[in-house]
Amino acid sequence: MKLTLKIWRQKNAQDKGGIVDYPIDGIEPDMSFLEMLDVLNEQLINKGEEPVAFDHDCREGICGMCSLFINGEAHGPDRGVTTCQLHMRMFKDGDTIFIEPFRAKAFPVIKDLVVDRSSFDRIQHAGGFISVNTSGNTIDANTIPVPKVDADKSFDAAACIGCGACVATCKNSSAMLFVGAKVSQYALLPQGKVEATERVLNMVHQMDLEGFGNCTNTGACEVECPKGISLENIARMNREYLAASLKG
Amino acid sequence: MALDSKIPNGPIADKWTNYKDHINLVNPANKRNLDIIVVGTGLAGGSAAATLAELGYNVKAFCFQDSPRRAHSIAAQGGINAAKNYKGDGDSVYRLFYDTVKGGDYRAREANVHRLAEVSANIIDQCVAQGVPLAREYGGLLDNRSFGGTLVSRTFYAQGQTGQQLLLGAYSAMNRQIGRGKIKMYNRHEMLELVVVDGKARGIIARNLITGEIERHSAHAVVIGSGGYGNVFFLSTNAMGSNATAAWKIHKKGAFFANPCYTQIHPTCIPVSGDHQSKLTLMSESLRNDGRIWVPAKLEDAQAIREGRKKATDIAEADRDYFLERRYPAFGNLVPRDVASRAAKERCDAGFGVNKTGEAVYLDFAAAIERYGKEAAHVKGLNENDKTLVTKLGTDIVKSKYGNLFQMYLKIVDEDPYVTPMMIYPAVHYTMGGTWVDYNLMTTIPGCFSIGESNFSDHGANRLGASALMQGLADGYFVLPYTIGDYLAPDIKMGPISTDLPEFVEAEKSVKDLINNFISNNGTHSVDYFHKKLGKIMWNKVGMARNAKGLAEAMEEIAALREEFYKDVKVPGSANEFNQELEKAIRVADFLELGELFAKDALHRNESCGGHFREEYQTEEGEALRDDDNFAYVAAWEYKGKPSDAVLHKEPLNYENIKLVQRSYK
Repeated sequence: MKLTLKIWRQKNAQDKGGIVDYPIDGIEPDMSFLEMLDVLNEQLINKGEEPVAFDHDCREGICGMCSLFINGEAHGPDRGVTTCQLHMRMFKDGDTIFIEPFRAKAFPVIKDLVVDRSSFDRIQHAGGFISVNTSGNTIDANTIPVPKVDADKSFDAAACIGCGACVATCKNSSAMLFVGAKVSQYALLPQGKVEATERVLNMVHQMDLEGFGNCTNTGACEVECPKGISLENIARMNREYLAASLKG
Repeated sequence: MALDSKIPNGPIADKWTNYKDHINLVNPANKRNLDIIVVGTGLAGGSAAATLAELGYNVKAFCFQDSPRRAHSIAAQGGINAAKNYKGDGDSVYRLFYDTVKGGDYRAREANVHRLAEVSANIIDQCVAQGVPLAREYGGLLDNRSFGGTLVSRTFYAQGQTGQQLLLGAYSAMNRQIGRGKIKMYNRHEMLELVVVDGKARGIIARNLITGEIERHSAHAVVIGSGGYGNVFFLSTNAMGSNATAAWKIHKKGAFFANPCYTQIHPTCIPVSGDHQSKLTLMSESLRNDGRIWVPAKLEDAQAIREGRKKATDIAEADRDYFLERRYPAFGNLVPRDVASRAAKERCDAGFGVNKTGEAVYLDFAAAIERYGKEAAHVKGLNENDKTLVTKLGTDIVKSKYGNLFQMYLKIVDEDPYVTPMMIYPAVHYTMGGTWVDYNLMTTIPGCFSIGESNFSDHGANRLGASALMQGLADGYFVLPYTIGDYLAPDIKMGPISTDLPEFVEAEKSVKDLINNFISNNGTHSVDYFHKKLGKIMWNKVGMARNAKGLAEAMEEIAALREEFYKDVKVPGSANEFNQELEKAIRVADFLELGELFAKDALHRNESCGGHFREEYQTEEGEALRDDDNFAYVAAWEYKGKPSDAVLHKEPLNYENIKLVQRSYK
């Protein structure tokens, strides 16, 4: 395959940045999108140019490190996958592909396609846990049965990989799907109920401090989420938040 | 220097309890005066950082990823073992201990393994208390499944994402401590040197990967939880960033490196598709609960498949060779990983491989779909002989068990595994070898500890499935927090350690010199060029089957490649910026030394055991042939400047509770 890549290049956080064109040839449909970028970088290094910086690690869709806005979509045109699982067979010979970083006020660019998502970490420092010491002196795991339906829903929320596609794709740069998933995972389990009030208030407070926008229910986040995190989680967080506010 | 494993006396079942009762403790007020550095935030490092901070120590944690939650433990799929015996199928601490020692082909340290089995049940209690959503049955209690090398169901899981859920549990415990200010987290930082003062580990030199700044960090103890070294093969199931640098830097400062040749080649991975490939993807071992592994029984059928003239589904049942079920009737498709991998290689080498490259076997779910479908039809009172209905019902059940794995396969290979069998082939997955540690998990450098995959201790020559998660969390949550206190007790009045000590200045200078050499080298080839070459040498000569001639050649070739690398590698950009090529160069430099030691270790071990298979040492049936008289020891290597000059130290393995026998899964 022969392609034209239009890639966002930005030296560092202070640099203004801009799109640069890179023609590339010899791309095979079996390559993953990131392997295609590996090929480009190898060529750039051999030509004495600086390779394109992009985040990636596990390359199997679970670590959440890879990002990229490809042709205007977070993680590109395929559904239910991260960029590292996107394969070149989704594109046609001769295509032009725009590659940009995830863009949001709370995700400043570090270099080229690499962004800083530590705002997600800080939201979780504010309450993304159950306050239990790791002494091992807890009750037997089977002492409290959890209905399978609740356990499964909690798991579905916990499957979030924290990649930030929801924020990148939202016109308001809202992090409600991410925070909703975290709040839901614990709210659905008996172990998480004890601190439920404080948790939702603290996490939402931190989310606002980080500069994420509000939710206007367009649902784009759910469509672009590589892990299929449901909008229900936002609704559940709103219910939890309302109940907590009334209590508080 | 003589190795002292510090195994406590007494009967094996009481060792850990008695030991804990008699070691030194640090009182809570004094813990506030002690600093601990933890490098790596996977299951071992993350759980250790959280627990040490909870106890009151000041923890500084480091990871090269942009968040501790991204450490590669996150990719573990299948499950975590624990001797809970919830199924009532005869499991016990002793059985888990026995299975693990046997699975490791009798090359693990008994006392460590028993301790691991003892604390395993606590891990499940702990994780559930933390809100980890493990799989449950309809009654609301926890579910289990089976893994290779065992005859009981003791594996807890969260669909195909068990590692993710357990890591997020450890991460949540870390978050609580980061929020309290007890853990200071350094994301996007890489440890590049250990600082040793008066013979004790007292700090590290780290590079801020965003700014390129070289930083000095001091502490009263340093804990390495940086994972394994599988990426020495370039292609592996590890993450792209997984590296051995922290472990190798401490080795060069005096920590012995044990059993590097014990490397696990996992049988069920998606086969290599071409030269552009950057990594390999695992298909969880849990799939062997329901998948049957086979190749065509006739050479002409295999050839027809390779040439695209036939499909898997064209091969009649009678013409299929379910080679694991044939060779190992007792364990069948659930033999341990090393055994399954070698059996697949044997069939492919004999010409029965089923993809273009001839290096793939089938993992087939048709029988499971039919079995589950019939059962579901029966329960619902529907027609069990309606093939379409049964297939549909069975597919739904298989989807609920392994849905995410099947989807992953479909996206990568572009074939639907519900309809045609998966193609799989072994790939490098886990490294049982690592830094040598004593019973306290301390390396041969006082004050420098090594936990999780980065140490060598619990898995012997082969790790059983679902045991890595268990070991990582056991080390971090329940073992290190006790043993590190015993070491730190004399240091309570020491006060903070200055980073202006000459040892810090010197260590920082060596790191800066290394980086400057790379940046100003102006060679002709990229880092990947060398890494791929190293990977080819490793896979071809130090891979699944090894022999003396190939290993000796590999040592020479790696040494030559290393020389070429330093002369000719090209690292673009500068030192003082975000520079991913520079990061890679530093890591590959260490792999180029480790690979040579790996081959040296494999060459010296004149026997086959677990993941180490020497062609010269096999039984008539092609099974691994151990030599317990001469090799029942841990090979711990001391750094002496060049990997080829490394000096061997032996820790004899004394089996007091388990009798050494030829491993049999027939």
